[in-house]
Order: sequence, then structure tokens, then C-alpha cells
Amino acid sequence: MHSEEQTLALREQFDTAAQQRDASTLGMWIFLITEVMFFGGMFLAYSIYRGKYPDVFAVASSSLNVYIGAANTVVLLCSSFTMVMAVRASQLGKRSGIIFWLILTLILGMTFLGVKAFEWNEKFEMHHVPGMAGFHLDGVGTSQGPASIFFSLYFAMTGLHAMHMVVGVGILTMLIFQAKAGKFSAEYWTPVDISGLYWHFVDIVWIFLFPLLYLIDRHLK
Amino acid sequence: MQEHTESHEPVDSVMTYALVFLALIAATVITTAVAFVDLGAFSVVVALAIAICKMLLVVLFFMHVRHSAKLTKLVLLGGVLWFLILMGMTYTDFGSRTWMGVPGR
Repeated sequence: MHSEEQTLALREQFDTAAQQRDASTLGMWIFLITEVMFFGGMFLAYSIYRGKYPDVFAVASSSLNVYIGAANTVVLLCSSFTMVMAVRASQLGKRSGIIFWLILTLILGMTFLGVKAFEWNEKFEMHHVPGMAGFHLDGVGTSQGPASIFFSLYFAMTGLHAMHMVVGVGILTMLIFQAKAGKFSAEYWTPVDISGLYWHFVDIVWIFLFPLLYLIDRHLK
Repeated sequence: MQEHTESHEPVDSVMTYALVFLALIAATVITTAVAFVDLGAFSVVVALAIAICKMLLVVLFFMHVRHSAKLTKLVLLGGVLWFLILMGMTYTDFGSRTWMGVPGR
């Protein structure tokens, strides 16, 4: 086997390293588009039900803590910044930089998940968990059914998002070990790059979830 | 053995990323503050417009799409199109039934 020409940065089926990078980027984007359609179905269900029960959704949305939601958005945006700095360090071939920024990203990601767990716990204490005995939302009278639709969507959407965060935390951990083992260089940083795309995508999902779940008609309160 | 081909990705400056990051934080503060103002039906329009701006910043700068190959950009636009078909066709279906209260019908 003639392996002298074949490296991680240039496998034999590609003409140039740039072509190989473009192929990896394109593949990742196609995966992310399937994710857009996956989350898209939920955003669609959300908007249809919000259109049908606008008043109940406004009351239910106002029961969420907007300051915790906004703070968590900032945490996630910070993690996107540290992730892009990790990708930049990998493009420049700075191994210690990759590890430093990835660890920061990991910490911020876990902070987000911790805050999310706190919020979910609060829902259990306030009897805002749909399907559980004693579900009750104040201020909507007998419209408890539509209120539980809001919280079903809330748990499904933030839950699916958090699941993606957990996967992201796993990917970051793997990357940190690979970076420590010296797998990446200024010629080969594709895994850091496409993991960055995944992390930013999950951030974008939250960019839409935050205003749609937390910020409906806040002025009414 | 670094390839210096035309499509070699340029490395953005820390300043560029820092400015994009600050813009994202500012947009988060604005969207939260605006939610407490009574804009009627426009409140969701403003919230989505700000979210779309934030998405574009992340996609173009953090995800490097402004440096990406034309094929990648085309595939992305295709994805957006399919998403709009998903939303648009379902809205026309639900909107044309009596299930939802559409003004003027």
C-alpha cells in the first residue's frame, strides 16, 4: 500500500487539502439542514398552536423567568465565541489555544445545562409539567388544556435542544483529548471546524427558542 | 506542506469575532427589553427580525459561510427554501380551514 502520499489532511480520493476541507464542510451543512427540518417541525407545531391560543400562550410564556432565560442566552453566546476562538487556534495550529478555548466552551455548555435543569425543576415544583397529576396554570381559567400544550412544546423543544447540547459536550470532550494527543495541526483541523459548525447550529436554535418561548407579550403582565 | 490555493480559508481576526460577539449580546439585551413594550401584533415580528439578524451574524461569521465555497452557500439556500415550504404550505392549509381564527374571513 502506497501510504506515503496519504495524510489526514489529504486522503487519496482528494486532489487538494482545500477540496477535502470543502467536502467536509458541505457534508456537515447537509447534516445541519436535516436538523433544521427536524427542529422545523417543532417550530411549526409551536406557531400553529400559538396562532390558535394566543392569550393562553402569552400567560404561560410570562410564567417563565425571562431573566434566567436571557442570562442563559448570554452563556450560550459566550460559548459560541469561545468555540470560534478554538477553531481559529486550530487554523493557526496552536495546540494549547485549542485546548484552552475548548475547555472554556465545555464549561459554558455545562453551565447552560445546569441552569436548564434548575428551570425544569422549578416547573415540577410549580405544577407546570403537562400530563402530571395536579397540572395547573394560574390566570387562564378553564383553558388548562391549551396551557398544557404550551408546556408540552416547551419541554419538547428545550429538551431536544438540551439533548443536542449533551451530544455537543461529548464531542467537545473528545476533541480536547484528541487535541492533547496532537491530532490537529495547521494543515489538519477539520474535526474542530465541523464540530464548531454543530455547536453554532445548536446556539442558533436557542436564539429562536428564547424569544418564542420566553418573550410572548411580556407587556401584558 | 501548506497549500496556498485560491480556496485556502483566510483566518479572521480576533477583533472581528469580538465585535460579532458584542453585537450578539447587544441584540439579546434589546430583544428582551423590547418584549416589555406594547407593540401589539408587531412584537413577534420584531422578536423574529432580531433573531434572524443574530442567526445571520452567527452563520456568516462564526460558521465562516462568508468564506465558504459557492456550492455550500447554494445548498444552504436550498435548505432555507425547503424550510419555507414546510412552514408556508402548512400555514396555507391551516389558515384556509375554520380551525384557526384568521381575521377577515
